Amino acid sequence: METVEIAPSINGREVVLAVPVRMTLAELLRDRLDLFGVKLSCEMQVCGVCTVLVDDLPVSSCTFLAADADRRRVETIEGLAEGEQLHPIQQAFVDHFALQCGFCTPGFIMMTKYLLAGSPDPERDEIVDCFDGNLCRCTGYAPIIEAVLDAARRLRAEVS
Amino acid sequence: MISPPRMDAAPKVTGRARYAVDVRADGMLYSAVVRSERAHALLDGIDASAALQVEGVVAVVTSDDLAPLFPRYGHIIADHPILALEKVRFLGEPVALVLAEDRYAAHDGAELVEVSYQELPAVMDPAQALAEGAPLLHDQDYGVGDHSFEEAHSEPRFDNVCHRVDFSWGDVDQAMSRAARVVETSTAYPMLYGYAMEPYNALARFEDGYLKVVTTAQHPFMVRDDLARVFSLPLSHVRVTSPYLGGGYGTKSYTKVEPLAAAGAWYAGRPVKVEFDATGAMLTTRADSALVSIRSGFDSEGRLLARDVRVTLDTGAYADNGPLVLAKACNRSFGPYRNRNVRVTGMAVYTNTVPSSSYRGFGAPQVSLASELNMDQAARELDIDPGELRRRNLISPGERHYPGKRPMDADLVADLDLLLDGLGWDETRPELEGIGFGVTASDAGAYPVSTAVVKILPDGSVLVSTGSSEMGQGSRTALALIAARELGVPLERVAIAQSDTHATPYERTSGASRTTTLTGLAIQRACSQLLSRLEETAAQLKGGELNEIKAAEGMVVGPWGDVTFGEVVQGWFGGRLGELSATGVVRRAGELQELPPFWEIGASGVKVRVDPDTGQIRLLRLVTVADVGHAIHPEMLKGQDVGAATQGLGAALFEELVYDGPQLVNSNLVEYRVPRAGDMPAEIVTIVAERGDGVGPYGAKGGGEGTLNPMGAAVAAAVGRAVGRWPDRLPLTPERVWRLIRGDQS
Repeated sequence: METVEIAPSINGREVVLAVPVRMTLAELLRDRLDLFGVKLSCEMQVCGVCTVLVDDLPVSSCTFLAADADRRRVETIEGLAEGEQLHPIQQAFVDHFALQCGFCTPGFIMMTKYLLAGSPDPERDEIVDCFDGNLCRCTGYAPIIEAVLDAARRLRAEVS
Repeated sequence: MISPPRMDAAPKVTGRARYAVDVRADGMLYSAVVRSERAHALLDGIDASAALQVEGVVAVVTSDDLAPLFPRYGHIIADHPILALEKVRFLGEPVALVLAEDRYAAHDGAELVEVSYQELPAVMDPAQALAEGAPLLHDQDYGVGDHSFEEAHSEPRFDNVCHRVDFSWGDVDQAMSRAARVVETSTAYPMLYGYAMEPYNALARFEDGYLKVVTTAQHPFMVRDDLARVFSLPLSHVRVTSPYLGGGYGTKSYTKVEPLAAAGAWYAGRPVKVEFDATGAMLTTRADSALVSIRSGFDSEGRLLARDVRVTLDTGAYADNGPLVLAKACNRSFGPYRNRNVRVTGMAVYTNTVPSSSYRGFGAPQVSLASELNMDQAARELDIDPGELRRRNLISPGERHYPGKRPMDADLVADLDLLLDGLGWDETRPELEGIGFGVTASDAGAYPVSTAVVKILPDGSVLVSTGSSEMGQGSRTALALIAARELGVPLERVAIAQSDTHATPYERTSGASRTTTLTGLAIQRACSQLLSRLEETAAQLKGGELNEIKAAEGMVVGPWGDVTFGEVVQGWFGGRLGELSATGVVRRAGELQELPPFWEIGASGVKVRVDPDTGQIRLLRLVTVADVGHAIHPEMLKGQDVGAATQGLGAALFEELVYDGPQLVNSNLVEYRVPRAGDMPAEIVTIVAERGDGVGPYGAKGGGEGTLNPMGAAVAAAVGRAVGRWPDRLPLTPERVWRLIRGDQS
């Protein structure tokens, strides 16, 4: 199988890997690097469970080739917490019961990280729009929106 | 009660939670399924030679290779081949399994397997399947698998009827003849896919003489039964474990991909992983579409005199849980109203489509669309307020609406009034706004068999062991809360082991909204025995009469003072050794003799606005009422209620699997649209009614499906009131609503 050498940074760690040219980023993260927080479901860029950040932008890792991650910064859910200390977004999801089965949660949290980086005080509608590519089948979304609003408050408080 | 954080929350927000799809084994083979490209055909031959040339492909398994095994599964009717046997019955049916060293080779190999078919005429819907001279999907008698399902027929079949239900009481025809008004409603409920975000997957291996399977199964003990039959193994030699499930909603009830993975592992002598994507999952199991006709006779005061119901379910190519879905649909089609004359006939029909099975609500959403709309239409025709019409007919607490079943354990009128208040029913509304609502009661809880083991460890911490699965409903947290409360130990000192047929005790199912009630009851019983054992052990250790020793709130108190639970264990076994344990058993006896174990109440409604130019429906308000007796964890309960209602809204507004000829044309999440964040109403009101009237712990009874059940009818009625015409089918797409407004409903 044809392979290509890539040198991405994954959750802050520089790695050099030979990957099949057809390997997706999700497959690299899950199969090779054991980052199982990256999930797969629709595999058509609709559901958002595979969302990771590449150079701070959200991508569907199900259809993003691992080869294209060369020399780029990849962040997954595993990179958020500092030891046992949850990131404020993670803590808000816990506090607001913003998850049930949890399969969509890593994708929602990574999307939230992207949203709040550019918009620290988002309106409810802005959050809803941002999640058009993230599906949740358990919660009916309301607690997730509350968690994001609360996470935004917590992050603003940290800054000030 | 307060709502502590979910025990599974931290693992789930950090990506540490392990689902079946995250589990691997050394030496594991990847797989890809070769699927039938015909809806109905005889298999003429399978040529795997090109596939076997692909580097990394290890084997291509077909049904011929499985000859030494029992080749089928199915817990009610064992009609479902692991791999197609001689013929295929739906487009997408697994024909061969390609095993390979990596996922790419498996995929490439599957593309190269050549299957030749001898095409047969197909029946794509119940009307075609029931037509005179229709081709038969099944022409052999498979016998009955699950003997607790008493109604499954086993006579030789000569038609495409998978299962039939007929029951009645009173004299329907006579009662109809004296009715002041007879109201007839016919509806079509769509074919659905109960999208659980983790698609079906399983890892199987044979090890130490055991078959070990890690899978996405809601009911690992029932999967064990199917696997034991396939491989002629004792039940004890099949170990099925279900880690966290990425959604269930009933779609992961019963056996799905486990026989395929296990057959691959058996053939190759290596661990085999079967992983489907969402399209593969959509070709594995769907929910029944339904045609339902209801005729109700009322007296001039709006009292129900008689109801005549016909239900036809499109069960697809294999029975799976279809017979039970039909039985439940029929049981849920006429209540919860007082009615002395009822006649219900139902058929679950085999067609050459993806097999259908359980999905949240389980027959109730399908029939409630017709039965609740029928009440709304009757109210309009009788010129009685639809809330008032229901009040006059809803049965009272303790009253029976179904002879031989448990009396009603809920106050339905009170629930209805809470719902109508929440919806603002009495307020005036602008044109093109409408409110719709419904009240349903489902015979839930399934067959009451649960077992739980509770252990006190030498440090006083508590380990609860249960065969129930955590699929997001929060069973881990709710069950731990019950144990913590019974024993009086802090929640953080309670751990739960779940869903392992070797390591955890028997659990019938994690479905039918039963876990908190029935597994909770088993835990309560185990804790009660454990407290007695602690008292007896303390008496033997320290002396004193049993009547002066009391174990509660984490302490054993006696004439000698008090000791902790941990000190009792340590005193008995010495040092930090040993454990005290007890097993709580729930079976059909005593207070659980009468079925169902509880009635699951559905009381929910919506306010909508219709755009007359586009037919677009805007949801303005959603109201849910949880009549659960006692809320063990109110926040998780509300989460369940809104989640279930949201799935109901999906069916009401967007979701429908569409067949064009033999092919399912939208087997993907682009064209099968589920609710998104932007579809939800701005106002969501979740009401919890606690009256302690359930059979479970602290008066609890099941929830989590109820709010879905009336949702289709509620949306249809709301739209009907907004535009002045009653819809008769879902989903209410903009085009359908636009046509409804213009009177050309089709």
